[in-house]
Amino acid sequence: MHNHEQPSPITSPFFTTGTKILFGIMSLGILAYLYRMFYGLGASTNLDNQYPWGIWIAIDVASGVALAAGGFTTAALAEVFHKEKYHVIIRPALLTAMLGYTFVVIGLLADLGRYYNVWHPMAPSMWQGNSVLFEVGICVMIYLTVLYIEFLPIVVERFKGRVNFPGTLKSLNKITESVLGIADTTLKRVTFVFIIAGVVLSCLHQSSLGTLMVIAPSKMHPLWYTPLLPLLFLLSAISVGFPMVIFESILASRSFHLPPERHVLSSIAKYVPILLTIYFIIRVLDLVYRDALGYIFTFDGHSIAFLIEMSVGVLFPIIMLFNPKVRRSMMGLFVSATAAVIGVAINRINVFLVAYQPPYGNGSYFPSIFEIAVTIGLISALVLVYRTLVRIFPVISVDKTAHEAEMANPMHRSHNSGWVTK
Amino acid sequence: MDKSRRKFLSTAAVATASASMLATTGQASERLEHNQEELFSVLVDSTACIGCRKCEYACNKTHELNDNPLSFFEDRSVLQERRRPEHDAFTVVNAYKDARAKEGEAYVKVQCMHCNDPACVSACLVGALSKDRHGPVLYDAWKCIGCRYCMVSCPFQVPAYEYQDAVAPRVRKCNFCTERIHNGERPACVEICPNEALMFGTRKEMLDVAYGRMSANPDKYDKHVYGEHEVGGTSWIYLTHAGFQAAGFPVLDVQSPAEITENIQHGIFKSFLPPLALYGLLGLIMHASGQKEDSEDSKNA
Repeated sequence: MHNHEQPSPITSPFFTTGTKILFGIMSLGILAYLYRMFYGLGASTNLDNQYPWGIWIAIDVASGVALAAGGFTTAALAEVFHKEKYHVIIRPALLTAMLGYTFVVIGLLADLGRYYNVWHPMAPSMWQGNSVLFEVGICVMIYLTVLYIEFLPIVVERFKGRVNFPGTLKSLNKITESVLGIADTTLKRVTFVFIIAGVVLSCLHQSSLGTLMVIAPSKMHPLWYTPLLPLLFLLSAISVGFPMVIFESILASRSFHLPPERHVLSSIAKYVPILLTIYFIIRVLDLVYRDALGYIFTFDGHSIAFLIEMSVGVLFPIIMLFNPKVRRSMMGLFVSATAAVIGVAINRINVFLVAYQPPYGNGSYFPSIFEIAVTIGLISALVLVYRTLVRIFPVISVDKTAHEAEMANPMHRSHNSGWVTK
Repeated sequence: MDKSRRKFLSTAAVATASASMLATTGQASERLEHNQEELFSVLVDSTACIGCRKCEYACNKTHELNDNPLSFFEDRSVLQERRRPEHDAFTVVNAYKDARAKEGEAYVKVQCMHCNDPACVSACLVGALSKDRHGPVLYDAWKCIGCRYCMVSCPFQVPAYEYQDAVAPRVRKCNFCTERIHNGERPACVEICPNEALMFGTRKEMLDVAYGRMSANPDKYDKHVYGEHEVGGTSWIYLTHAGFQAAGFPVLDVQSPAEITENIQHGIFKSFLPPLALYGLLGLIMHASGQKEDSEDSKNA
């Protein structure tokens, strides 16, 4: 029934007012990034000995990893559980995850004092199996590789049968085609290995990111400190996977003037309130068990941060998305999915920054202008690279019948890049 | 299909939950394997400290942190500032209120506590931090990637960072004068201390001295040897009169934080079984649901 929906490169123009603004923000981000590289963390950030971690860890790394969870939740649903109707969202979710993790690494490099030593965890002589961060690092690195491998078939599909090098390179056409042919058949046979590996690796490092702060019990506010943090991080990552897919799918269809995948988005949305309710119940039971409920209504900074996190990110989407009417409305879906996405980001910020109370803290941490510029610059860059790649590769499924009505003008379709013919 | 999906999620959840549970039920393991005979310690008797800051001078000189002469450290006004160790000052002396002491204030020297089971060593993903068998917690700048997770994990807020260095910043902290004690000498700060506020010996000896002083002068000392049990015990231990909280030390659990995370970590990775089991389970589900899909397709055809 969805046979007419095939992933294909998007034909919308690259430059719009929106992309121009994003370019501006990205440029500022690049300048701030260079400033950090030349002048160091002291000059560019508000980090100090009391607050060694800031938004580059809480947002760029921790939230980035959580919000890239759409990749593995979608893969689990559509490919492990073979729910065929969800196939149209696999590729966008995969691309988001791949770019998400890539930008996590770029963000991390800004934060590392000795970024050029980032390869050290891979050297067996320096392996440190007791370190939670070691596990996160290794899993993220392998998973990033797996994501690129999972994306390879899309690259092969784009070029197979269309290789057309110009001029003297013509002699390479045949051999390139045969390489692509072999790659195509091999990849088709082995992708399942990587798909499952991706899900397992995600479960491992999503939860281990939560374990990170378990090592600082005396420095963490009781509303967030629990040995269950790994479970809570895993559950919230799984819960935010589909909201993230909904969020970006609706944004993309608006931006590219495509009809939204109404049916599919409404359908995956029904899992979200169930997952969030499970998360909510465990979260509350844990607070009861640790006798921390009393901190919720003290209405100091921590209590307010907690209340915002839970009401925006958990309760609001639960109430909205249990309602079938909301799930059928694109506006309703978008608003609730956005709330869930923001909620997980707030949770990561709360766990890594707000809950962190150094014993001799005086003053508090607030990000510098450079830290903010790098963070929003990375987000802008991610959107721009995403936009570039979906115009080159068959990622987004286009309902041809509906789309062609919209794009009646054939001029829209003449954007082929030089060495590829359709 | 819905059921199997939920089953997967619940299995994954249960797997993580039980791994986390292992953490809380895990036995007080054989983590503290240090040979007590060769584990060195410094006893800081805060009641004997006169706030002369000679230890700061000796430390700065030994670790070549600066060329400040002894007279520089005679400025007693900084004692009121509640300073913390910095990248260019591995130890600092602070004043705190103590009714029993002359002028109503006592002094306490602060530096790396050299935990028996250090959180920073457990946290470091490349093994740049290590625990020497004689007690020092040591840092290897060559391995360090600069993630600063050691600073996040330290319950005493000790490691400091060279934020001002854009090229090769280091984590900086007291190294227990490891070269000196391996040569049979005492740490520089202990050697210069004019009033026996600092004493160096094996950890067992220092605990004996601490309890000996306490029983000889019961009115003079608070009944808590700080660092004996905190976070699994520390190499540096403290005696005070006004109590360790008055002296500015945090209230800490006896369990080392490293033990909590390592139990979770090793629970999840026990012989790689949980990840492999999850892999196998997902493989089975993928296979089974794929076949179901096929048979439905052929029925439809």
